[in-house]
Formats: sequence, C-alpha cells, structure tokens
Amino acid sequence: MWKRIPEQIRHLVVPIVALVIIYFVARHFLVPPTFGLWGHYRAASVVQNAELPLKYAGSEACADCHSEIASTKKGGYHRGVACEICHGAAYTHTQDQEKQKPQIPRTRANCLLCHEYQPSRPTGFPQVVSESHNPLKLCTACHQPHDPRPPHPPKGCDACHATIQRTIAVSRHGDLVCTTCHEVPNNHRLSPRGNMAKKPQTREACGKCHAQDASASKEIPRVDMASHGGKYLCWECHYPHMPGAR
Amino acid sequence: MKRDRPGKGLDTSRREFCKTILLGTMSLAVPGSILAATEKKGLSDWYGTKYEPAKHLYAMGIKVDRCIGCGRCVDACKKENNVPDYPFFFRTWVERYIETEDGQTIVDSPNGGKDGFKTLPSDKKVFKTFFVPKICNQCEKPPCVQVCPVGATYRTEDGVVLVDSQYCIGCRYCIQACPYGMRFIRPETKTAEKCTFCYHRIVKGLLPACVEACPTQARVFGDLKSKASPIIQFMRFNKTFVLKPGLNTEPKVYYADIDREVR
Repeated sequence: MWKRIPEQIRHLVVPIVALVIIYFVARHFLVPPTFGLWGHYRAASVVQNAELPLKYAGSEACADCHSEIASTKKGGYHRGVACEICHGAAYTHTQDQEKQKPQIPRTRANCLLCHEYQPSRPTGFPQVVSESHNPLKLCTACHQPHDPRPPHPPKGCDACHATIQRTIAVSRHGDLVCTTCHEVPNNHRLSPRGNMAKKPQTREACGKCHAQDASASKEIPRVDMASHGGKYLCWECHYPHMPGAR
Repeated sequence: MKRDRPGKGLDTSRREFCKTILLGTMSLAVPGSILAATEKKGLSDWYGTKYEPAKHLYAMGIKVDRCIGCGRCVDACKKENNVPDYPFFFRTWVERYIETEDGQTIVDSPNGGKDGFKTLPSDKKVFKTFFVPKICNQCEKPPCVQVCPVGATYRTEDGVVLVDSQYCIGCRYCIQACPYGMRFIRPETKTAEKCTFCYHRIVKGLLPACVEACPTQARVFGDLKSKASPIIQFMRFNKTFVLKPGLNTEPKVYYADIDREVR
C-alpha cells in the first residue's frame, strides 16, 4: 500500500509526522500537566489555593474546650464577638496547646478599637470618650469582657444618647426632660434593646403645650391642631430635639 | 466494488481508505492518552470528590449600617493570608465616607482601617458619615480573568476568582482591568494577588477570616445554592445593591443600606 502512494506525497509525510511529534513533545514540556482540565487554567492551582494553611480556627473550635466561657458569652452583648478577635488567631493552639498560648490583651487600646467614640459609627453602638471615661483604669477593672455590662446602670439618658442630649441642650426644648415625651420602661437602663423607649404616638402629646387651648406659658408657639399637619404626627416634620432646625 | 479512476496509485478500495484513516487517527491519540494519564498528577484526592465545587456558589453580604470601623477584618485578613503588612497592600479594607454640609464627599482609609479610625480628616461640618468595608466582588463576569494573557487567574466552579501564583507572569493587566481596585502585586513574588474569599477556609466549611473576625456581623457569608445559608436570609430580608452595576460585572458581594455616594 505504501508503494502505491505517489512519491511526492510519501516525501511530504516525513516532515508532517515530524511536525506532529514536535508539537506533542513541545506541548508536553511547555504546558503544565493539569492545564485545561477544568478550564483555561491549571487545575492543580485550585487545589493549591484550597490547601493553604489555616491561621484562624473559628469560635466553634474554641467552644469545644472552653465551653464555660462560651456559655457565659452566649447570653451577653459580646455573643457575636468571636474569641479570636481579641485573643488572636489560634489554629496552632487548637492543634497543640503547648505550642501556642493565645494572647490576653489587657490594654485600653484594644477595647477602644471598637468602643472609642467615632461620629461615623452607627447610632446606638456603645461608645465612650476615652479621655473622660476613667482614663487611668483598665477597661477590664469594671467590665467583664466575656459578658460586658455597665458596672452600674447609667444614671442619665446622656450616658448612651449623648448626641441627642447635646443637641437638645442648646435648643428651645432644652428644659424638657426626656420622659416628658418618651415613655421609658423600667428595665430600659438594664437591657435597652429588650425594652425600647417609645416615641410619642399621638399629635396630642405635642398639643399639650402647642395646641391653641393649651394651658402652657403664652410664649410657646401655638398651632391650630385641627388644620395644621393633617394626618402626620408632629415629629414626622419637626425635629423635637432641635425644633428650630430646618 | 471497484470504480475506474484516472491515475494509477489512487484505486484504493473504500475499506482500505477507512482503515488508513482509522489507523492514522489512533496513532495520533496515543500521545494524547499518555498526556491524559499524567494530567491527574498534582490534584488531590479530596477536592472534587469529598468537596464538590459544583454544588456551591459563594457570595458575601455587607450590612453597611452595622460596620463600626474597628478594622478587625483587615487585621484578620492580613494574618490569615500573609498579606504584606504595609499600608498599601490589602485584600480587604474599610473606607470612611464623610458627606459634608456643603455637599462634598470625603473618603479616607488610613492603613486600610487596620488600626481603627481616629479623628475626622476635615474640619468641615458633617452632614453624615459612615463606614464601608470593601472586598473583591468575585464577579460573575470578571474583567480581570478576561484580560489575563496566560490563564493565571480564573473563576472556579463555586464562583471564586483565584490567582495561580506559580503561573502568573506579573504583567499587571488584571490590576488595570479590575474596576474595584482589588488587586495588587505582591512585592516578594512579583505576582498578582487578591481576595480569595479565604478559599482554603470555605472549602473546609469555615468562614472567611474577615467574616469570622467581624464583631457586629456586618459581613454575612454563605452559599447561594443552599437554602439554609445566611446569605439567602440576607438577600431575602434586605434591599441589596452591588458596586458599579453599570459595568455588567455581576458582583457577588451584595451591600445592604448603602449610600448613593459609595462607589
């Protein structure tokens, strides 16, 4: 059969076969072995990425041994704060307790990373101005970090609602106490989120002073409650902590 | 069945013709099969068998109004992934947005937020201010993957964009292509690097280090293919947004309660 192929074709076969062999040999050396197996990349690289060493163990691993602390934390405000945030990455510690002892940070700076007053922080997040908040004491002297509670319930509303207190103090409502308008449950100071204070739910709450027939001092501005504002509550348009604001 | 044809050497029968073609193809397949045998080398026994990437699709949710700017995520990320500890290499970072009363928007991120935030950078009257954590968006259509000339960055089946640091030639195309500025060149290896959603953690069922370290649960991580996943709950109960939706990159990092100024 080979002899029956015309000579010029036979001669061409040799370089073609050589080219094919060179292609496969070159490919074998140039392209990494697992390239293209799952896509246009080295499949082995996915596994390399997936097999990198761990540093953080995860708080579930901590609770396996330190169950007592875990159950203390469960009921407190710090229940969402993972152990390794304060104590540092501890995967080595979970494998061999002798090899690594997790840190116990006792400095004020560590707590203040989260709790220093910052205007950009969301409202309601517990913050202190460290310069005026017992500057020479360690935080842990009064607060138990695994179940942080104020050592005694705050006396005034300004302990938590400082921004509002500062605003209202310079406004025309500066003389009013918070409870004039807000109904505050007894336990609000101990467990604020569970016992929320209420905003006034009726127009009459403001009408006590601002209605035409109110018995309050004559200098207080009056409105006709029937025609002014319609269906809206007063504080939906006026900001009661700064009534002069526009 | 023989047909008369012009030319002497071409009166091959159909049977012979088929035989030759078949033999020819088979001889080509031999080196191919040898290659295929070596292909499995370098792969582990658990990835793809015990852990099946096709059954997962990872995503992250970020509740902007929960972020307190403590920077624990940045710190944890740097430790977990050995990110160089200089103020310009970050796989994730926190930005502080300040909108002033005269309508300006100031954005700053001192050391990526790793050491927390100190005083406001400007004396202007603040209209509002808040923190925004940033992380690789793990796009469904990643521009960084599209431009890589050697196939050193890719999207895995479970939806994470990874870098092959052994294969990367450090050409920086991907850094130019990423509209979110998420990539950098690692100074020691001169190869591109980026957030991997802590791929080595999530395949083992752990949370990414930044999610683990967030004290206020501002970051939510989960599997979009699992109904019980926290990310599904996050998507259901929040109005979610993505960064730069007009670029059609289809990010898989979803933001809730985000301000229009955030880009």
